[in-house]
Amino acid sequence: MIYLLQQALNALQLGSIYALIALGYTMVYGILSMINFAHGDFFMVGAFLCFIVATFMQLPFLPALLISMAGVALLGVIVERVAYKPLRQAPRVSAIITALGVGIFLENFTLALSPYPKHVPTIIENTTISLGGLTMSSLQTIIIVLSIVMMTVLHFIVQHTKVGMAMRAISWDKNVAPLMGVPVNHIISITFALGSGLGGVAGMLYSMAYPVIDPYMGIIVGWKAFISAVVGGIGNIRGAMLGGYILGSVEVLVAAFLPSTYRDFVAFSLLLVLLIFRPYGIFGKPRTQKV
Amino acid sequence: MQRRVFLAVSIFLMVLVIAGCQKGSSNTIRVGLIAELTGDMPAVGASCKNAAQMAVKEVNDAGGIEIAGKKYKMELFAEDSAGRPDQAASSAQKLITQQEVTAIIGPNASSNAIPASEIAESSKVILITPWSTNPKTTLDSKTGVPKKFVFRAAFIDPFQGRVLAKFAIGTLKAAKAAVLYDVASDYNKGIAEFFKTTFEENGGKVVAFESYTTNDKDFSAQLTKIKNASPDVIFLPNYYNEVPLQIQQAHRLGIKTPFLGADAWGSQELIKLCGKDCEGYYFSTHYSAESAAPAATKFIQAYNTAYGKTPDDVAALTYDSFGLLRQALGGLSKLDRQSLRDAISKITGYEGVTGKMQFKEGSGDPIKSAVILQIKDGKFVWFANAQP
Repeated sequence: MIYLLQQALNALQLGSIYALIALGYTMVYGILSMINFAHGDFFMVGAFLCFIVATFMQLPFLPALLISMAGVALLGVIVERVAYKPLRQAPRVSAIITALGVGIFLENFTLALSPYPKHVPTIIENTTISLGGLTMSSLQTIIIVLSIVMMTVLHFIVQHTKVGMAMRAISWDKNVAPLMGVPVNHIISITFALGSGLGGVAGMLYSMAYPVIDPYMGIIVGWKAFISAVVGGIGNIRGAMLGGYILGSVEVLVAAFLPSTYRDFVAFSLLLVLLIFRPYGIFGKPRTQKV
Repeated sequence: MQRRVFLAVSIFLMVLVIAGCQKGSSNTIRVGLIAELTGDMPAVGASCKNAAQMAVKEVNDAGGIEIAGKKYKMELFAEDSAGRPDQAASSAQKLITQQEVTAIIGPNASSNAIPASEIAESSKVILITPWSTNPKTTLDSKTGVPKKFVFRAAFIDPFQGRVLAKFAIGTLKAAKAAVLYDVASDYNKGIAEFFKTTFEENGGKVVAFESYTTNDKDFSAQLTKIKNASPDVIFLPNYYNEVPLQIQQAHRLGIKTPFLGADAWGSQELIKLCGKDCEGYYFSTHYSAESAAPAATKFIQAYNTAYGKTPDDVAALTYDSFGLLRQALGGLSKLDRQSLRDAISKITGYEGVTGKMQFKEGSGDPIKSAVILQIKDGKFVWFANAQP
């Protein structure tokens, strides 16, 4: 029982991070119908910002968090303006290729600065609490709680503010929304800022939980978060959160009860089966396209 | 528009001209180097390249190598494998066909060395890998007989696994062991299995044999499983960039069992990344800078003055690989790939920085001793020797 609870905690931690990153994919897709494949590398930049802030400025947790978040949000906005906006009317494949290109640029830019894996110093005192055999670290608590807070705030913004309403309007119909006075470019920038900012937070939390970071760290995690977003129904915010936790739990549970060699194999087979029955993801709805 | 096209074409041509200027004169011995300069383990590549440049400089400062009455200088062509098997293979291909090298040193990681060695073997070019310990590197993948053109300077994993299993049982008094290894990497997988076999043959029990895949950062599920099996020692035959994460996560889960590692731990980067978490643990490796033979101190000092740090095992083994090459070249009557191969295969013993190596006829694997080091106050401290 304790063993199961411990594994559930592990799953919650991993799932929180996947969910935070998946939100970035899903928000951009929801509003632009475009998959931002550079998002995994935004996440990596968040981790490196945290490393820089913690190593060279020795700032405590909260400023580090804010800087990572703001820095990556800014990066997201700039990338959208410079790389994606000119291609908004171009075929969708061009936009995807550009996104991949941006990702490779970010990886190699970081790589050119220094190819060595970096160690992120601990910025919050890590204490472990033991409750009848169940071990929980303060870091784990922070990751889980902070992720849930972030997701609640995002949910509030999207559902209960004017900006959120504009986002939903653009997502609903990109062509009619501007006619109703919705400032499309402005809202797209805000969407990118929010999505990338969450990616930055995820990168920062990740670099504290797994404090050895390298320029390629975003690739695999980015894929997994993308898969989470698809499983939850890409374009749907609640779906991305749920998808993240599902993927985290499946990965941990497979490793916990089956030989760990089969982890990815079993985890992704399960997700494939799920997509056979719900091809648009759990919360996704089929979109009909007018020809 | 036209100006831009013109600019692009002229830049392209310039690159071609620069790239085409590499063919040297016939008075040089062309040696290729494949190292992991970028990617997962850049520290390995950097040590390898440093030692290689030093070895080549020594040869050239001494006036070169005399073959059949003619002095040859050595010229080094370094390629980056980026720690990736495919790029290691294409680097080998490039060195052989474009740079027309006489011999190749590297790559170091077994996952890179195995594909590169296949290319070298089929092209009949000597390849000496300094650091690869997986037995498959020097064996033909189809028939299992030793490759004719592939040699190495390191011991092999069956030996290392045996040394570690005996150390765990004898010195650490462990009856139950757990293993966490990267199932996607030849080196990690090989040594994990050899450790398991010998540990169980010697009366121990492996209570958890868990794996992950390269680039994983979260090991909490596997470590929780290991904790549940309550082992006496946890064996982590993984690279220096992953071990710190594994140990830190284990500590966060409340695991207090001692950890044991293999030669992929032996980079100063490990201590940088791990901090206090790795204190007191043991690993096996190829040599210890403090207990090395007198012949080695010259190398250690020279390396220290040149690069400002103590050479790690990769640097020492790279230097030894060049030593082997140099010895074989010195006895040649004419300079070509086949006679070099014959000369290297005739070497039966070599006294290197990493100790005495003995080669059996027809095998590219040296028989040599290993050392066990302990991490103490942020340094690698000699603990024991293990004879073959």
